[in-house]
Amino acid sequence: MKSHVIVFPGSNCDRDVAVALENAMGHPPGMVWHGDTEVPETDLIVLPGGFSYGDYLRCGAIAAQSPIMRDVVKKANAGTPVLGICNGFQMLTETGLLPGVLMQNASLRYICKDVHLKVERTDTCFTHKYSTADILRIPIAHHEGNYYAGDDVLDRLEGENRVAFRYCSADGADGKNLPFEGANPNGAARDIAGIYNEAGTVLGMMPHPERLADPELGGTDGTAMFDALAEALQ
Amino acid sequence: MKARIKVTLKNGVLDPQGKAIENALSALGFDGVDDVRQGKYLELDIAETDEACARTRVEEMCEKLLANTVIENYDIELEAS
Repeated sequence: MKSHVIVFPGSNCDRDVAVALENAMGHPPGMVWHGDTEVPETDLIVLPGGFSYGDYLRCGAIAAQSPIMRDVVKKANAGTPVLGICNGFQMLTETGLLPGVLMQNASLRYICKDVHLKVERTDTCFTHKYSTADILRIPIAHHEGNYYAGDDVLDRLEGENRVAFRYCSADGADGKNLPFEGANPNGAARDIAGIYNEAGTVLGMMPHPERLADPELGGTDGTAMFDALAEALQ
Repeated sequence: MKARIKVTLKNGVLDPQGKAIENALSALGFDGVDDVRQGKYLELDIAETDEACARTRVEEMCEKLLANTVIENYDIELEAS
């Protein structure tokens, strides 16, 4: 399996995700600079977390217009799996590969903490090593993670089974849609923490699986995602 | 030509920043202030001199980059310079 991580000015999780990919695949991913115009032949593209272009204008908005993204969009539309984590998820919505938008957290605060997630689907290359009974503990670290889309879009996402992860409490209870009162940290509509494109090949998620993918980091709930990708995309 | 662009949140989209500003105004004793909505303001100098062409061009900029039309509206004012 060949994978590539796109590096933007201001990315800060590119090397973390490279380590997680290397642990799963047995060899390191290629690192591709945002100013390049083509991603080499690949089985997976990762858009890492960080603060690309200083979050100017809107998070991910400038990155979405960078030269490499034209090829990322082209490859994604042709079926190459793309994983966008945090700032990467924001880029995916800004390019239109995923619907909706990540707004400022309802608390107006930057939130950095572990949250719990329900796995909504286990039939994709990203999640086939999880079970829908699993409650994952994965960290978030964002100021703009409040997923928003119109009700028609949300209904379509749910109808097409495209919600990937939802915030929940440690025992799996609903996030209640509201920050402060429930397990939903940022006010995201319907507790959505991650979504897929129609084909289930593009995943955008606010939580950082690469940050809990090694026992030395304090947990391994993220490991199964990288193992799943390594197995599915051999 | 000078273009002045206002980018504002659509009606119905929650604006927690606006809410925080409203609360701060109220704390300062400015009563009777409701429904504060905040947004962005951009100014550009564009070489185009024909107003209709300039408008089309700035609209395209707004659609492609300056606004996220999922949650934002934009309003363009043009002035010959």
